[in-house]
Amino acid sequence: MAVFQSLSDRLQDTFAQLKGKGRLTEDDIGAAMRQIRMALLEADVNYRVVKGFVADCKEKCLTSEVMDSLTPAQNVVKIVLDELTELLGSTESKLTLAQNRTPNVIMLVGLQGSGKTTAAAKLAYLLKGQGRNPLLAACDVHRPAAADQLATLGSEIGVPVYRGDGKDAVGIARESIREAVDRLCDIVIVDTAGRLQIDEEMMAEAVDIKRAVRPDQILMVVDAMGGQDIVNVVSTFAERVDFDGVIMSKLDGDARGGGALSVREVTGKPIKFVSMGEKPDSLEVFHPDRMAKRILGMGDVVGIIEQAQKIADQESIEAAERMLRSGFTMDDLLAQMQQIRKLGGLGKLLGMIPGAERALAQQGGNVDETQLARIEAMIRSMTREERNRPKIINGQRRKRIAAGSGRSVQEVNQLIRQWSEMNKMMGKMRGLADGGGKKGMRQMQSMLKGMAGGKGGRRY
Amino acid sequence: MGFLDNLRQGLARSREALNEIFYMGGEVDEDFWEDLEDTLVMGDMGAEVAAQVTDDLREQAARENLTRASQLKRALSERLAAVFAPSERDPFEDVPSCVVFVGINGAGKTTTVGKLAGRARAEGRRTLIGGADTFRAAAIEQLAVWGERAGIDVITRERGSDPASVCYEVLEEAGKRGSELVLIDTAGRLHTSPELMRELAKVVGVCRKRSTMPVTVVLVIDATTGQNGLNQAREFDDALDVDGLIITKLDGTAKGGIALAISHRLQLPIYRIGVGEKLDDLQLFDALEFCRALVGEDG
Repeated sequence: MAVFQSLSDRLQDTFAQLKGKGRLTEDDIGAAMRQIRMALLEADVNYRVVKGFVADCKEKCLTSEVMDSLTPAQNVVKIVLDELTELLGSTESKLTLAQNRTPNVIMLVGLQGSGKTTAAAKLAYLLKGQGRNPLLAACDVHRPAAADQLATLGSEIGVPVYRGDGKDAVGIARESIREAVDRLCDIVIVDTAGRLQIDEEMMAEAVDIKRAVRPDQILMVVDAMGGQDIVNVVSTFAERVDFDGVIMSKLDGDARGGGALSVREVTGKPIKFVSMGEKPDSLEVFHPDRMAKRILGMGDVVGIIEQAQKIADQESIEAAERMLRSGFTMDDLLAQMQQIRKLGGLGKLLGMIPGAERALAQQGGNVDETQLARIEAMIRSMTREERNRPKIINGQRRKRIAAGSGRSVQEVNQLIRQWSEMNKMMGKMRGLADGGGKKGMRQMQSMLKGMAGGKGGRRY
Repeated sequence: MGFLDNLRQGLARSREALNEIFYMGGEVDEDFWEDLEDTLVMGDMGAEVAAQVTDDLREQAARENLTRASQLKRALSERLAAVFAPSERDPFEDVPSCVVFVGINGAGKTTTVGKLAGRARAEGRRTLIGGADTFRAAAIEQLAVWGERAGIDVITRERGSDPASVCYEVLEEAGKRGSELVLIDTAGRLHTSPELMRELAKVVGVCRKRSTMPVTVVLVIDATTGQNGLNQAREFDDALDVDGLIITKLDGTAKGGIALAISHRLQLPIYRIGVGEKLDDLQLFDALEFCRALVGEDG
């Protein structure tokens, strides 16, 4: 499906037709730019931003380095990725709060349904984790039960909520500051009602709240699923309320979040946080490079590698070396499974790759953690001899293993098939490493990592 | 960067963008078609659909010798209107009827249920609201306020209960009372969460099985949604076999072009559109009128 095809794949396709030409022409680059344009539009990057961006990229790509290179597709992707990262703001942007003020005030604004109330609770949770003592102010007096929602969320994370009379938003905001002083809270998070940028009365209310509490930071909550119109929304908010940064919400879906890029480009305001789920701890600092990859459909590869690096310790490197020397045992298979689990489970791993989870579901395969546990049970039902030399597992032994682990013989058969496939692959790698010394070793390790993910992904 | 300034300028007038094209002196040249495609993309119609529509219109213009702006405008809105799947039955008028509202977080499901309940009450229908959003904090309270405003009973349970069993209870109660219209609100969820989609499939399954009246599953879509709306609709449709759409928040400057893309791709009718905050602002959908607004044609 075109939607899930990454930009680099598409460019490969475009450039594949040019093989043997030796050198790219301006027309070829033009064709590539059309692909980039489509990819950005599908990611909901604003049309006018796309136009300017593609023109800039084209200019860069027309330099001789790209045109003469042997791998033009990769080069073009790299240029696009770099430019995109640049546009998104090359550095991470943190919350800036006045040092000599107590309490600090953060105000949240945004459209209806963008996720302000949820974001307010998450932000409070995050600050609380940093040793602050936050107070939530429920200034959404328009949506029915909005204050109840905030109160419930507040009690779940153990943060007090000031509700006031529930009528006058400006009044509640002002009183919440006093309340914070009384309760010895050092930061107030003001949750406001959702409002449309063209609703004059409501925009005036936001400005009034701002005047009343003089926030250190005003954050606008923007839905990652937003379309082309989001630039109109944010530019009006920027003009009227003048916010300092953006929280991008609902990024746990499969929206590419091209709106983020547009927001940054049109208003110059940085994206500070991304919000990715229903749980209070799912507010994360924004990484421009990862967002750029997501927009281009390249997945959060960096995130996966980072996670893997955290886990991959000396021990596993030694194990890899031993595996090369003496083949792949059932214990190795088990260790790999456990590593996958350590990484946060298959579900989380796959979730970082756009489309992966969906593709799996279509194949009828389920990301089932209980499967991992079953395999563990079967391997643990083998003798040491069997684990080291699975080839000796005959029919009798299979029956015994099945009985010992409470699984069926078919499942044991499947496990052994799986092992033999892995073992075959390991044999191939042995040849590779023998020739390559240290470099070969590194290659093999990365292959191993790839395999651990790929294997699990296909089967469970 | 020069294009930034252009962009800022452009945004100030993007609402009139389509009109602008048509006022370009009636000269239909290459730029005209390019601008037309741009504007359709700006309305969230999606690059693919926009290109297709533009090509079609271009062909039609050549065939029928359309050169004037007004002619092209009409041809375009008619062409777009034809893309929408027609609605065979209005689940809110054609009672008895049970409607289940689904959609992602913050699409406006609860508000829509509240508005529709108010309208049904005004028209004298025996209506019942079911609160199957037992997940989000204060969703039940929010629905209760709407019920109170409309003077309609809300059947629900405490937060954290099984939504499917809430539906069971609602339908039971509806049967006892002889309700004509049952509106069931569900918890918002992202279409990428398989577990939550399975839970919803169970909710819809229970409704379809237990209800003695025809059950309609309505997907609520926020008009400001971009191309991801298509993924959303596809996933919900795969899991639940959706019957139709309601488009909310068309009261901003968003054009809701994604509605066109979804309706076309999945052949789903649009039952209502939300154009404001008031009870009466949830209106019947008129494809031609919607497209005229999208194109900027003045009636």
